[in-house]
Amino acid sequence: MELTRRDAAAALAAIGATGGVALGVRRTADRRGGGPGGEQADPAWDGEGLPGDEAVRTAMTAVAEAVYPGAVSGVDAFVGAFLDGRLDGSPHCEGIRAAVAEVESAARSWYDAPVADLPPADRDELLRELGADTAEEDPDGTTAERVRYYVVNELLLALYSSPTGGELVGIENPQGHAGGAESYQRGPR
Amino acid sequence: MSGAESVDGERSAADVDAGGAVDRSPVPDADVCVVGAGPAGALVADRLASDRDVVVLDAGPRFDPNNRLARQERAIRPSYDRPDVWGVGGARDAHENAGDRSYPLNHARVKGVGGSTLHWQGMVMRLHEDDFDSASERGVGADWPVDYADLRPYYAEAERELGVAGASDNPYAPPREEPHPMPPFEPSYSDSLFAEACESLGIDMHSVPNARNSEPYEGRSPCVGYGTCQPVCPSGAKYDATVHVERAEEKGATVIDRAPVERLEHDGDDRMTAAVYATPDGERHRQEAEAFVVAAGGVETPRLLLLSASDRYPDGLANGSGHVGEFFMDHLFAGAGGTLDEETRQNHVGFYTSACDQFYDEADEEQAPFKLEFFNYAGPSPVEMALAGDDWGDALVDRLRDGYGNHVAMGGLVEQLPDADSRVTLADDRTDDRGNPVPRIEWSVDDRALDTIERANEIQVAILEELGADVEWIAGPDATGPAYHHMGTTRMSDDPGAGVVDADCRTHDLTNCWIASSSVFPTSGAMNPTLTIAALALRVGDDVADWLGDDS
Ligand SMILES: Cc1cc2nc3c(=O)[nH]c(=O)nc-3n(C[C@H](O)[C@H](O)[C@H](O)COP(=O)(O)OP(=O)(O)OC[C@H]3O[C@@H](n4cnc5c(N)ncnc54)[C@H](O)[C@@H]3O)c2cc1C
Ligand code: SF4
Repeated sequence: MELTRRDAAAALAAIGATGGVALGVRRTADRRGGGPGGEQADPAWDGEGLPGDEAVRTAMTAVAEAVYPGAVSGVDAFVGAFLDGRLDGSPHCEGIRAAVAEVESAARSWYDAPVADLPPADRDELLRELGADTAEEDPDGTTAERVRYYVVNELLLALYSSPTGGELVGIENPQGHAGGAESYQRGPR
Repeated sequence: MSGAESVDGERSAADVDAGGAVDRSPVPDADVCVVGAGPAGALVADRLASDRDVVVLDAGPRFDPNNRLARQERAIRPSYDRPDVWGVGGARDAHENAGDRSYPLNHARVKGVGGSTLHWQGMVMRLHEDDFDSASERGVGADWPVDYADLRPYYAEAERELGVAGASDNPYAPPREEPHPMPPFEPSYSDSLFAEACESLGIDMHSVPNARNSEPYEGRSPCVGYGTCQPVCPSGAKYDATVHVERAEEKGATVIDRAPVERLEHDGDDRMTAAVYATPDGERHRQEAEAFVVAAGGVETPRLLLLSASDRYPDGLANGSGHVGEFFMDHLFAGAGGTLDEETRQNHVGFYTSACDQFYDEADEEQAPFKLEFFNYAGPSPVEMALAGDDWGDALVDRLRDGYGNHVAMGGLVEQLPDADSRVTLADDRTDDRGNPVPRIEWSVDDRALDTIERANEIQVAILEELGADVEWIAGPDATGPAYHHMGTTRMSDDPGAGVVDADCRTHDLTNCWIASSSVFPTSGAMNPTLTIAALALRVGDDVADWLGDDS
């Protein structure tokens, strides 16, 4: 199932960053010009200090490919557009940045490569080694709890509050999505 | 500002606006001081603000409407508890439980401009005629000194003020003279499944009134289906009392947030003279006024009166009867649910669209009034499930498909009887962030209520079984809990020895003090209380206006 721009806009609308959507349209247009290879790596960031927005996007997209089900496509554009709204200079945005830095630092020291360069099985393994699978999300918690909050759950929240993510599970108007006051009246298709 | 945790700074950030520090000084020459900016206080203030100088003091903050989506994120994310959504809890909201049953007070209220309606679900029914005459008609409880006919025009007005979507298809509802201001929400898909089962059992279903816009209403959005009504509606389609606070301010009222009233003062002539309130800078102020309306909710209202004990009123202000804080009641939840072997389409919206009041007026000495509700939000919400597991990828999607899709559930509310021993008092040695004794709740529930919960369960299970459901849970007498409706603690009576306020909701003891709250309910019925609170508040507004007119 294809994730669309509408999904990203919906996910953003669900969790409070509507301002980013218009920006997202512009960015996606730029990106299309640059081709899909344009975001493989972020040459500006060497793994030291905090990653810039582009490096955050690259890492988050790589993690999304591990935590999203195989049945969805369009992950790259979806995550990019979603993050355009979330990377807004707020404390939350800085929380994402810091948690991504920890994921990247673990990837580089345990696997000698940034997370985007790891094969899918290693990305999955990396997140488990960080403890993000069993941790309960907590923005002020341990590394595992923060990675769960700002990285894994950030991405899962975006997916499952969007119409396409909901539809994977049988609800095209999931909680958090302003999908109108008609869908609850309709029977199964 | 994005991110659920980003709203944390609100309590301090809200304190400085573009023009500098917020002015929280008292209003000179105020006519009316209202304590509490929930629906009761807001409606009174709006009613009076055109003609009078009104000041409203609220203990909690003014919430930034731009943060509603971040609050919605809190509602969905597992690291936040329900009270976190609106910043309830901590030393400000400390309380003590000392009764048979523990009462989760901070799940049951919001402090701040808008009050608990920020969190509420917005189901708004009128009480039935017999609810006002429980002692005479059912042989238990107390009669109200007002009856349905007295409140009827105020109910209609309250429905217009809140904006209620409803229909006139309920044969069990009390008489009404005009349609609801908005058409009802259409029944849900799962209602249609229930309808078949109910029909074969001879049980009637009907629509249910919602304080939620089914179409644009007075500048507010229609429902857009966010599905998180309780605890937050980001679109504003669900009514909350910020609507009337804003209207009152437009008419000239002054609303002071983060201004907990700690004490009410009176003179030697049984007139209330001032509300003493604290401000975030650590100062204390006195707001004087001609008339006072206490609308601090069903727990803080009696607490404030008890905190205001004086030489003249050693047991608490307006407590000549000794009943302040007594007769604490809530509605008891009765429910059952399970799964079908077909899709039920739950959790698209966060409110219900069909109910059954058929058994309500069977009530007598042995059986309490109760109503039944057909849920549209049975079982888990997939997005919430997704955030709390140790899986992701394909395994997660499998778990979500497994867990979501075929749940059904019914709820119901049951009346409890007033009992003086079920009560709110002051804790002996526990104080809040300002050093005032916290409320101590002793909540108990009578056998009639517990038996009626069982009766409600029997009907619920019969319906679910007729539907072909596997019944997986029953919230019966042992598992019941409160519906977060605080009633009875300053009961209304014509007799000054038997109640705290008179039929006009004015305190027997003080000539210029009214109480607008479900705390005045002598009995609770089994209908959600806020429409009745609103009707009484509008009536209080009229009475205060008359009194001020006579007085001047
Ligand atoms: C989860 C939930 C769901 C609900 N669902 C429904 C429903 O579907 N239908 C229904 O009818 N009702 C429902 N209710 C109940 C409804 O919210 C209340 O009945 C209603 O808000 C009461 O209005 P009020 O103005 O009397 O008190 P509140 O709304 O509680 O407002 C009281 C205000 O007083 C302020 N205050 C308290 N103490 C002081 C003080 N000392 N000084 C200054 N200010 C003070 C508080 O900060 C608060 O803002 C629900 C409640 C909850 C919590
Ligand atoms: S379902 Fe409707 S009322 Fe409920 S939160 Fe959404 S928009 Fe508001």
